[in-house]
Amino acid sequence: MATYYHRAVQDIKDNGFLSAVTIITIALSILIVSAFALFFTNANNVMNHWKKSARIMAYLKPGISQKNFPDIKRKIQEIYGVQDVNFISKEEAFKKLKEQMKRQSSILMNLNENPLPDAFEICMIASSQRDEKIEEIATRIESLPSIEDVEYGRKWLERFTNIFDLFRLAGYAMGGIFFMAAVFIVANTIRLVIYTRREEIKIMRLVGASEKFIRGPFYIESIIQGTLGGIIGIAVLFITFKLISSNVEHSFKYELLNIKFLSPEFYCGIILCSMFVGWLGCYIALKQFLKA
Amino acid sequence: MIDGKDKSSIIQMFHVHKYYGSKKALVDISLNVSKNDFLFISGPSGAGKSTLLRLLYLGEPVSEGQVLVDGMNLSRISRKKIPFLRRKFGIIFQDYKLISTKTVFDNVALVLEASGKKRKFIEKKVRSVLRTVGIERRINALPPSLSGGEQQRVAVARAVVGVPRIILADEPTGSLDSDSADIILNLLKGFHTHGGTVIVATHDKELIRKAGGRILYLKQGRLLGPAPI
Ligand SMILES: Nc1ncnc2c1ncn2[C@@H]1O[C@H](COP(=O)(O)OP(=O)(O)O)[C@@H](O)[C@H]1O
Ligand SMILES: [Mg+2]
Repeated sequence: MATYYHRAVQDIKDNGFLSAVTIITIALSILIVSAFALFFTNANNVMNHWKKSARIMAYLKPGISQKNFPDIKRKIQEIYGVQDVNFISKEEAFKKLKEQMKRQSSILMNLNENPLPDAFEICMIASSQRDEKIEEIATRIESLPSIEDVEYGRKWLERFTNIFDLFRLAGYAMGGIFFMAAVFIVANTIRLVIYTRREEIKIMRLVGASEKFIRGPFYIESIIQGTLGGIIGIAVLFITFKLISSNVEHSFKYELLNIKFLSPEFYCGIILCSMFVGWLGCYIALKQFLKA
Repeated sequence: MIDGKDKSSIIQMFHVHKYYGSKKALVDISLNVSKNDFLFISGPSGAGKSTLLRLLYLGEPVSEGQVLVDGMNLSRISRKKIPFLRRKFGIIFQDYKLISTKTVFDNVALVLEASGKKRKFIEKKVRSVLRTVGIERRINALPPSLSGGEQQRVAVARAVVGVPRIILADEPTGSLDSDSADIILNLLKGFHTHGGTVIVATHDKELIRKAGGRILYLKQGRLLGPAPI
């Protein structure tokens, strides 16, 4: 085993340029694929967050007296599935809006009157967080006489989910293509190494070296390349991620943008996959070009 | 001489033919080599001497006939067993077949690495063999930087280092001056004295005369029996 390893490392050194190109290619493939994975896991988290925190906004008809509010609130609260009801006065909503639109606040300044209605924000219990349930509750709230309109993000979220699924599919396809490209690159490298070593391999066979002895170092060599490529790809992604996320966190302090790096299981999985790429590339090259 | 039941025989050929296309390189060869034989296969160039040696280590398959080596029937052994067959031999090739990108040490060590020996043992053994063939000084040299005689000695070292049962030597003194040839011959004799079997293919009559031993004469692919010198 030590001899195999020694020979594999020697091979990588002897074919330094070729090995570097191979490792970089693998690293780039891994970088692109795992960048996609990073984007998707985070987008997925955000969407799940939205789905979980699905709320219904119920807007009151204008001119309803403030002393009726507790009564309306109670009526909403009585609907099965409602967990919590919060009153948001139109003044409060207006203040929030101004905060969120600091830059464009001149538009709001020019308004003489607050155009926003008073509203209730309704949270649902966990078992009612499903689309049909939300719709049912929303309809019941809407039927209350003092409610003018209800709003919930279902339609919008649904469309977004569809687009997201399409993207995810494209991501898988791309992952597949990069996987094949990386395997091909490794196979090609091993093919060239076999070619430069063909005389040596012939001689090894003549002096009684087994196929295992001859092939072992090629496998180690390509698995080393795969592993290095994988680690470099993940490391570059991590550094880029850190740089970007620290910048983003300074400018926005949104709860929504609580982005996270890939989980250790995930990136270890990617590195394992990258090792497998090395192994497979080698297997294909040996099968094709090292006939006994 | 040709006796399949001879217990002390290590190589047997039965009616072996070898064709290259329509060219007949060997025709109906039957022979028996006993353990601890020192056998010369002589004959003019193109007679089929190298071809005969190649058949023994399955460098090539026979076209017809049977070859037995140390109990293995070469037409029956699986691909996986070929390395075991080849480890029974130490082969000195006519063109040396040293790996030009590896040092003298690594070339010789290869045989022991391939049979899974320990690093420490390899280190010791290779040095001692290189000392025996008198090329220890060039241990870190690459073969192309060596003279023909030096390369020949490395080839001999590689052939004996794994303690094979049989040494096959193809024109081992081919391009050497007579002093170098004597060194090689003495090494082969030493191996023989320690119980090894030696088969030398050569057209060098001087070498055969000096060595003494059994001689088979090949001409145009046919075995003519014990040869007149
Ligand atoms: N690989 C080969 N392909 C075709 N012909 C060959 C091959 N090897 C040897 N021969 C022919 O077989 C004959 C015997 O060759 P060889 O065994 O090399 O003779 P020797 O070693 O006695 O000089 C020669 O005529 C040679 O041309
Ligand atoms: Mg010859």
